Amino acid sequence: MAQTILLQNGRIIDPAANIDAPGSLLVADGMIKAVALADQQLPAQPADCRVIDATGKWIVPGLVDMHVHLREPGEEHKETVASGTKAAAAGGFTGVACMPNTSPVNDNESVTALILAKAKEAGFAKVYPVGAISKESDGSTLAAFGELKKAGAVALSDDGRPVENSQLMRRALEYSANYDLLLIAHSEEMSLSRGGVMNEGSFSTRLGLRGVPRVAEEIMIYRDLALAEYVRRPIHIAHISTRESVDLIRRAKLKGCLVTAETAPHYFTLTEEAIADYDTSAKMNPPLRSFDDRQAIQEGLQDGTIDAIATDHAPHSRLEKEVEFDLAANGIIGLETAVPLALSLVRDEIITPTRMIELMSVMPSRILGVAGGTLRPGACADITLIDPDLTFTYTKENVVSKSKNSPFLGWSLQGKAVLTILDGRIRFSSL
Amino acid sequence: MQLEVDHKFSHKHILGLDHLSPEDINFLLRSAASFKEISTRQIKKVPALRGRTVINLFFEPSTRTRLSFEVAAKRMSADTFNIAASTSSLKKGETLIDTARNLAAMQPDIIIIRHSHSGSPGLLARHTRASIINAGDGTHEHPSQALLDMMTVLEHKGRLDGLKIAIIGDITHSRVAHSNIIGFTKMGASVTVSGPATLLPVGIDQLGARVCSSVAEAVEDADVIMALRIQLERQQDPLIPSLREYASFFGVNQRVLSLAKPDAIIMHPGPINHGVELDPDLADGPRSVILDQVTNGVAIRMALLYAIMGGGEG
Repeated sequence: MAQTILLQNGRIIDPAANIDAPGSLLVADGMIKAVALADQQLPAQPADCRVIDATGKWIVPGLVDMHVHLREPGEEHKETVASGTKAAAAGGFTGVACMPNTSPVNDNESVTALILAKAKEAGFAKVYPVGAISKESDGSTLAAFGELKKAGAVALSDDGRPVENSQLMRRALEYSANYDLLLIAHSEEMSLSRGGVMNEGSFSTRLGLRGVPRVAEEIMIYRDLALAEYVRRPIHIAHISTRESVDLIRRAKLKGCLVTAETAPHYFTLTEEAIADYDTSAKMNPPLRSFDDRQAIQEGLQDGTIDAIATDHAPHSRLEKEVEFDLAANGIIGLETAVPLALSLVRDEIITPTRMIELMSVMPSRILGVAGGTLRPGACADITLIDPDLTFTYTKENVVSKSKNSPFLGWSLQGKAVLTILDGRIRFSSL
Repeated sequence: MQLEVDHKFSHKHILGLDHLSPEDINFLLRSAASFKEISTRQIKKVPALRGRTVINLFFEPSTRTRLSFEVAAKRMSADTFNIAASTSSLKKGETLIDTARNLAAMQPDIIIIRHSHSGSPGLLARHTRASIINAGDGTHEHPSQALLDMMTVLEHKGRLDGLKIAIIGDITHSRVAHSNIIGFTKMGASVTVSGPATLLPVGIDQLGARVCSSVAEAVEDADVIMALRIQLERQQDPLIPSLREYASFFGVNQRVLSLAKPDAIIMHPGPINHGVELDPDLADGPRSVILDQVTNGVAIRMALLYAIMGGGEG
């Protein structure tokens, strides 16, 4: 039986209802029972109601990360559905969409069903499996979209690699219409990027590392947008990292294309300089870019070109990271640092608190077509309590994820999720 | 540039010239000049590194550099050991860090590493207590080669400051070029580079080099012309149409040399593709200092070994 919980005297930020005001919120029976702003009255609470003082904290709809890697099945030494969703709860997320590049690839109903069963068993967060576009994500033939949808997949992607064959991408866009499944594009022109390990530029030259030119991303985004427009289908572009990528999406939106896009906290926080002395914890794909690109990503978040912040949480063990830079795996964990990194954009007045919650809850829910992203009475009680001022040092010891591959270790961060409620139950609390 | 007499050399590792100051470089060039004399003696040995253990860890083929380090260490009376990738556990899939830890457990004083991946010497340095010397890592740096190049130029020109150095060829894949651009620029020389545009890396100008679209422009009034090896093994990427075309448009020959200063010298880090990047008559001719480079290599490496073992304490 779910508890009755009163979050008292917080700052309620509910962009879907256009609310950013002081107030209290009552949770009962797994649902949001009532929201009372200022001097409005809440209904009477039962005697066993748990009252939580939210003074100085934000009460927001549960955060949703539409791009994570949970590594199960196949690479459980890096992360499991249980450990990954526990990290999600600790980071303030009540929902995560997990990419299909597991082993085996999530290109069929049994893998999707396994992930959902593991998620239910763990119970830390809602898990939205993303099915593969192509069988084994090898880019040759279409995966069984209908079967995936029936099993519970919410979108399709070959994330980790692009769909190189344009004809296959076109057919995937068309065929996904039958099942109302969104395509999430990992846009990368491999003939330009193959072998590259960091952004191409004077830094890659100085370090003697093979570069990935920005145009490898931009050319493929252009192709993906052109195909989606041609067959009149929506498309979501994953992890954009360059100025021109932002511009391409901005222009496509002006034309009325059904495009949405996400970026990751590392692209609005770091630049290629983070690699410094071959630090593999700053190696990811797409690579960290220049100062100017970071600026453009921030502008895109501000003006609405970019719809969502997604972490691309990519756990890797020491075995994959404590090696030569060329040989190190791509990706960093991100679930537990997304809130403080996004809050730094708020403090820098690049985005408003409302915009931050749109980017991290409202829009990802809408794009994926899942419940959540609202504090409307009657909605399921997925709620995050954020302390925007809490300062902490992010160390290996306090990482909840099974893997510790983060370039932010040792950073002093400000702002943190302190309470995460899923379907009316407290799943994480550091209060 | 003035030579500093009492410079304190405080580096434990030599990972690249990027980390060294002009004073450090001066110190190394100066001490190499004095070490050079040892190699001309009948008994070519001094006790400076007696009891020290030096491991040559080479993951890429090398004749000149490996032997040069070994000769240098032996002339300083160090105990030297050679490990080549083909005979080591790397063939059995051992990681570089495991190799490093196992070597470290045998308490070497210095590990000299050549590796195909940029940054490997730094990785080794973080996992052992030994001093690490980078003998060439990927397309990053080859500091001892650049130092011996600077020493050779200094011998022939009497200075580095104000000289014009032209480096011709595959700049992208050349760690020698990268270290030379950094090193010569630090010492007050100007460096121009030229080659097929496909082999000039993005942002090389920010390392301090001036990029010229023609070889003629690059070598104009040059004091030094350095030809780089065109690496045939890199041709899976469409970089140049043929060696024949390369030789006729980018090869260093008599016509190219005539555009440089009348006393310009010719250098090459070896091994040479004769008739491709360098005309054989020039390689063996009076303006070539290629064998001086090899001789100075031993002296520079003696100076490096000595300096990181504390010989730089004023």
